Amino acid sequence: MFKFSESGLSEIKNEMKRYETKESAIIPSLYIAQKENKGWINADVIRGLSEAMEIPESRINEVFKFYTMFNQKPVGKFHVQVCTNISCALEGGRELFSYLCKELETHENEVTQDGRFTVSKVECLGSCGTAPMMQVNDEYYEKLTPETAMNLLRNMK
Amino acid sequence: MESKVLTEFYHLEDYKTLKGYQSKGGYETLKKALKMKDQQIIDEVKAAGLRGRGGAGFPTGMKWGFLPKNGEPRYLLCNADEGEPGTFKDRMMMEKAPHQLIEGMIISAFAVGSNKGYIYIRGEYNYPTRCVAEALKEAYAAGLLGKNILGSGFNFDLDFYRGAGAYICGEETGMISSLEGDKGQPKLKPPFPAIQGYLKKPTIVNNVETLASVVHILRDGVQKYRSYGTEKSPGTKLFSLSGNVVKPGNYEVPLGYTLKDLIQIEGGGIKPGRRLKAVIPGGSSAPVLTAEEAMKATLDYEGLASLGTMLGSGAVIVIDDSHCMVDLLGVLTHFYHHESCGQCTPCREGTGWLNKIVHSILEGKGRLQDIDLLVRVADNMKGKTICALSDAAALPVLSFVTKFRDEFEFYVREGRSKVRGTAYAEMHH
Ligand SMILES: Cc1cc2nc3c(=O)[nH]c(=O)nc-3n(C[C@H](O)[C@H](O)[C@H](O)COP(=O)(O)O)c2cc1C
Ligand code: SF4
Ligand code: FES
Repeated sequence: MFKFSESGLSEIKNEMKRYETKESAIIPSLYIAQKENKGWINADVIRGLSEAMEIPESRINEVFKFYTMFNQKPVGKFHVQVCTNISCALEGGRELFSYLCKELETHENEVTQDGRFTVSKVECLGSCGTAPMMQVNDEYYEKLTPETAMNLLRNMK
Repeated sequence: MESKVLTEFYHLEDYKTLKGYQSKGGYETLKKALKMKDQQIIDEVKAAGLRGRGGAGFPTGMKWGFLPKNGEPRYLLCNADEGEPGTFKDRMMMEKAPHQLIEGMIISAFAVGSNKGYIYIRGEYNYPTRCVAEALKEAYAAGLLGKNILGSGFNFDLDFYRGAGAYICGEETGMISSLEGDKGQPKLKPPFPAIQGYLKKPTIVNNVETLASVVHILRDGVQKYRSYGTEKSPGTKLFSLSGNVVKPGNYEVPLGYTLKDLIQIEGGGIKPGRRLKAVIPGGSSAPVLTAEEAMKATLDYEGLASLGTMLGSGAVIVIDDSHCMVDLLGVLTHFYHHESCGQCTPCREGTGWLNKIVHSILEGKGRLQDIDLLVRVADNMKGKTICALSDAAALPVLSFVTKFRDEFEFYVREGRSKVRGTAYAEMHH
């Protein structure tokens, strides 16, 4: 059973007071939940959130499924998201994606055997002038080459 | 040449702090504005001819004028969702000058009579969000936000909201749905947000760059503002230049600047050994220009419209002759199919079909009649839906297929790219 930490719960309570309606706190609370559940969300987490917020599970679920930043499957410790949209495609974003998958011996959206990485494709992240780029967890890495990207990943702690 | 109005001090590291911003005259315009009449500010914005920088180019003062005059509570929302592929200017503005946006919002809120605002920032923008959050804290501490701002009697509370990954939340009513804690699905207009928006209250939605521009219109006066740009497209605008140029980046130039100069002077030209093939001038939804058209284009609302395309968000995407247009169209159809929120049948089904047909061509399974089928499907998606995403998905398809038809026909006949020589399965590894 998933349980929120004390601080997680109090963060959720704060978000519920922060905006005009408590429903506006669903998205912020899903972020908190995802952080407390190793980067992804399942039915159990939704149940916990529903209890904490006193909002029906179905209502939370709808929101959860709509937004791509909420992961419906487990991800590695480092979630590597490579932009493959137009400006990055023009500067090697797709080649970068393929290279990282090959080097890490993995496929799109899978977790590597050591649990360290998941490589995903994403749409434009607003780094089009510094392409190609990847986002790893919360941070952007820009103006990459396949080699510099791989070096960055190898050294992540 | 660049004309730095908005971005004059962006090179200063501490411009993002309250102290740094104030040392360059920051919040002086707010003091002036708070002594003006609200209608006077709206009139100045109208006279300056400011048009929305988020994509649609709607006159800002006119939008503000649609609000009811009865003093009913209303919201001011800043659209910082910046999801249009190729666009990265709002990110820079929030990172380098969050106080400029905040000052613009306080002045705009005062003008439209709003006491509550939100900045809706796309979820991926962690660092920009931190910059905005820090600046909001500073502004509150200095009495620039909250109750009785600078002793004027005007109250304005401002907070930010983080999106969670959905292009459609950039559409203003999608954004409102998202802020209400819902799926980010657009709502049918009318009623327009100015009449019934966030929580069914009158709401103004403006882009980051639009709101920041308000500061400079009031600071320098209408005449000075209008000394930049053209008669119908006054002022300066940030262009996000990306793709196959030597120096991609954000450049602020007067509207009406030539696309040729932007690419060759600011952008340092096309990479050595390559030639310009095409330019998407206003974000991925804008119809593509051939190299020849691009060389005659001016970057203003009317200039681009006269070439059948649009200024959009100001994202200029440069494509050189090493790229295959069939392949690139596949990137765009995939994007719109992925981002359609699914409410309207023409959009949901249409984006799916477009993507399927382009990819079947890319996989060597295309037939010549599929090229015309693309045009028919795209034509059927226009003008029939709740929001403009459906049109935005159709326009690139029509322009790619019409202007680069030979590449599509070659691909169908030979099962491989005319430019790359190989098939899709072998590209990009
Ligand atoms: C599919 C779609 C996506 C949009 N994305 C954005 C966006 O990311 N940022 C933005 O400011 N406007 C976006 N817009 C335009 C908004 O709907 C709205 O017109 C704009 O925020 C109004 O502000 P402005 O008048 O200051 O430009 C989008 C529109 C559509 C149809
Ligand atoms: S046009 Fe597309 S994205 Fe817009 S509301 Fe309809 S289905 Fe959703
Ligand atoms: S296209 Fe990749 S970040 Fe914009």
